[in-house]
Amino acid sequence: MSLLTIVGGLPLLGALIVALIPSKSSELIKRVAFGATLVIAVVSIFLATGFDKNITGMQYVQSNTWVAAFNINYAVGIDGISLVLILLSTILVPIVVLATWHESDVGRWGTKSFYILILVLETMMIGVFAATDLFLFYVFFEAMLIPVYFLIGGYGTGNRSAAAVKFLLYSLFGGLLMLASVIGIYVIAGNQIGATFDLTKLATLQIDNTTENLLFLGFFIAFAIKAPLWPFHTWLPDAAKAATPGTSVLLLGVLDKVGTYGMIRFCIALFPDASKTFTPLIITLAVVSIIYGAFMAIGQKDIKGLIAFTSISHFGFITMGIFAMTSQGMSGANLYMVNHGFSTAALFLVAGWMMIRRGSSTIADFGGLQRVTPVMAWAFFIAGMSGLALPGLSSFVSEFLVLVGTYTRYPVAAVIGTLGIVLAALYILIPIQKTLHGPITTGNENLKDLSLREKIAISPIILIIVVMGFYPKPVLDLINPTAEKVVVGAGFTDPIAKMGK
Amino acid sequence: MLTAPSLTYSLIAPMLIVLGGALVGVLVEAFIGRAHRAAVQLTISVGALLLALQQIWRIRNLSSTSAAVNSVTIDKAGIFLQATVVVLGLVAVLLVADQDNFVAQASAVPGSNEEKSSLQEKSQQTEIFPLFLFAVAGMMLFPVAADLITLFVALEVFSLPLYLLAGLSRRRRLLSQESALKYFLLGAYSSAFFLFGAAFLYGYSGTISLSGISAAAGSANNVFLLIGIVFVSIGLLFKVGAVPFHSWTPDVYQGAPTPITGFMAAATKVAAFGALLRIFYIGFAEEQALWRPLITVIAIITMLFGSLVAIAQRDVKRMLAYSSIAHAGFLLSGVVALNKDGLAASLFYLFAYGLTTLAAFGIVTLVRDSSGEVSDLNRWTGLGKKSPLVAAAFSFILLSFAGIPLTSGFIGKFAIFSAAYKSGNISLVVAGVISSAIAAFFYIRVIIMMFFTDPINDSVSVIIPSVKSRIAIITATVISVILGLLPSLLLNAATTYANFIK
Repeated sequence: MSLLTIVGGLPLLGALIVALIPSKSSELIKRVAFGATLVIAVVSIFLATGFDKNITGMQYVQSNTWVAAFNINYAVGIDGISLVLILLSTILVPIVVLATWHESDVGRWGTKSFYILILVLETMMIGVFAATDLFLFYVFFEAMLIPVYFLIGGYGTGNRSAAAVKFLLYSLFGGLLMLASVIGIYVIAGNQIGATFDLTKLATLQIDNTTENLLFLGFFIAFAIKAPLWPFHTWLPDAAKAATPGTSVLLLGVLDKVGTYGMIRFCIALFPDASKTFTPLIITLAVVSIIYGAFMAIGQKDIKGLIAFTSISHFGFITMGIFAMTSQGMSGANLYMVNHGFSTAALFLVAGWMMIRRGSSTIADFGGLQRVTPVMAWAFFIAGMSGLALPGLSSFVSEFLVLVGTYTRYPVAAVIGTLGIVLAALYILIPIQKTLHGPITTGNENLKDLSLREKIAISPIILIIVVMGFYPKPVLDLINPTAEKVVVGAGFTDPIAKMGK
Repeated sequence: MLTAPSLTYSLIAPMLIVLGGALVGVLVEAFIGRAHRAAVQLTISVGALLLALQQIWRIRNLSSTSAAVNSVTIDKAGIFLQATVVVLGLVAVLLVADQDNFVAQASAVPGSNEEKSSLQEKSQQTEIFPLFLFAVAGMMLFPVAADLITLFVALEVFSLPLYLLAGLSRRRRLLSQESALKYFLLGAYSSAFFLFGAAFLYGYSGTISLSGISAAAGSANNVFLLIGIVFVSIGLLFKVGAVPFHSWTPDVYQGAPTPITGFMAAATKVAAFGALLRIFYIGFAEEQALWRPLITVIAIITMLFGSLVAIAQRDVKRMLAYSSIAHAGFLLSGVVALNKDGLAASLFYLFAYGLTTLAAFGIVTLVRDSSGEVSDLNRWTGLGKKSPLVAAAFSFILLSFAGIPLTSGFIGKFAIFSAAYKSGNISLVVAGVISSAIAAFFYIRVIIMMFFTDPINDSVSVIIPSVKSRIAIITATVISVILGLLPSLLLNAATTYANFIK
């Protein structure tokens, strides 16, 4: 059994243990869940230390027959891209559990179900990035909607059940379009090389243009809904507003990355020709997302809505970087996925603490927090600065790489995208000024600053944001070889000399 | 001197056992005291079905296939379908045994004093057991029938008891009787259509055997063949509830006693699709250009119509009825596929769908208020709070109907659509995923009602099921869960047994 399978299976084991604890001892459940996720995080770091970055192929591979009749295998393996995303997931989950210790107390079904759902979701997040069998990926891709659906609908606030349904129906619709494409490529493989779901084998198929375009669209629309790209984004703000901060972190920080990850792993790797055909359209959508998300973010009165729309803007950057088809763009997009995960986590967690203390998520209700709760204010400030890609913080490196990578091929798109950075300053700085600075508005005088638990939870994220801003090399070293392989595999060469970073 | 024809009893033993059980059941009505009848009848029914299953197991690898003077073909696919019918029958009979769902005395006029006194006496209509066994026997014969006359006889043998059983609901009796009458009248029409078509096929080919019709392909005027195919198809499509021959489905599903609804939805589909598959794969395969476009269109309309109309339903039984119409559309894709994959996929789908359906209707029988079963969905709100286990099981079943991965419904859908794609019917795949997306909406709405909505005052409760119902529901649900995680267990068998012999 590969270490990867163990990492993926541990959360399920944790869920089982949590299930055996009586519902009444909710404090014990929380501790066990936290302990389990912490152990998983540590084990996943072994995954990284044992990873040979000089190999561009899959590592930690394992393959067992699952459904022989369709040649479906439990086949897993990771390369640099999937490794960093798995690490993102396993590191974020314990932080989320610790940071949102009381999130499950007010839900519909109590603490136990909450942590079981979180742990099951973690298995699926690891599985979706580790799967090298298309069918297995699809299973994780669709099945993980269910725990998220219950997390939003059962523990969220406001119009939670409507938001949960909207999320589920959008995702299911995309998933079913993808199913048609999965069936299509499976049958084509059956005619050419024998029925298989093995990704490397599927990439060798010869598909005629029309079919390839249609199959590509089936995959792409599913991923564009997931990663929300304009105009498929409308579920995200609702879901983010209704979900608890912890769920939102996992939703925007990790789950939505499955969309962009899927574009790289499936759209480009399986359908390089169709990717070329659709690149201009996709770059356009990406640019629209960047600008639209930014403008919508400026207009938001609700903190959660604000973060959701900034994410739409950032997903525009990621998509642009991916489909620029240059190695800088691809590396930048991958790095961006990781950085966005951490900076969104920071924003949502701190915003969540602010909202619990104040009992409101409206930006106008806050004011002068810098004086009342300095530590919380600083944390929010740093998270915000990371969100607008301040040089020295992690997002800057990735945004820079994406823009450079895009500029060499699509200068106009890159220039308009740069406008997004300017708007980012607006949508981050205005709320920061309103909430943190200025006079202390009524109702905020007696807010408590972060507790020790909260400080412990947020510090690793802040640390990562700062360290990755100055020294992104370890992560880039993991990403670069794979990113280049994807670009070259799709039949592109960089317009300029290889990057020196 | 006349020699008696060889019937090959060995091969038709499973059917004979069930028929024999039914006949004994009739005698029990005459000779056993009222107090013991229910227990004796249940024992006979379960015993006959178990014995039949054992006999099916015995003949599973026999090489001879033709029996009863070539009127039936017990081939691999036929054995699989018979086993499916018997397994579904076993689960269903446990639900049926909960007499609580059935009328005390069918002959009493609803609302009359006679009815009241029979209710007070706690009398039971135990004839349902032999009727049930007759229906099972007919359903076993239908998918193995090798000629048009046997097909017709089987059709009537399983339909007539169902017409009666549909009218035997304990509560809302007028609705139940109305549905039985509707089912009977429309069923009679469809039988007439079937016979009419059979006559044309005989006229065309000069034989009633399916292989004979296949052999006669191209030998005479195609118009007669087309008319024959169309009318025979109408008769069969009526039984599976395909649009535009579906209109009885919601009314009968709603009116019939819920265990019978579950049995009809599960086992009738197996029998009717088994026959459809055999007729089209064997009898009409040579002339596929004639009927394939027709059935393709009907399949697409059926899945889209079923999914769309289900959205508007407020009654859980009607909603499941429209959902079963949509599933009939998916299953028709397997017929149109006309390849080995399509047959294997259909076999898997029928088994998995049948069990899930039985579990669904089994759970519907548990949700009640003081006056009996509550099928109004608005009153199911907050069920997740009161009985989390039952609500969770029902949610799982709905997710399986919707085809979410890790459920048996998903594997079935994948198998059947990939077979359809392989045969070149991509439009079916596209229509299939679109209607799945539509269907997801109303399945999920029920989950919302149960879990995300607070219970209202007059809300209903889940009764503690009897041991029999509990066994039935738990077995069906657990097998559905297992088939979702380890589909190979059944899929390999379905692939091995996906073989019709002419």
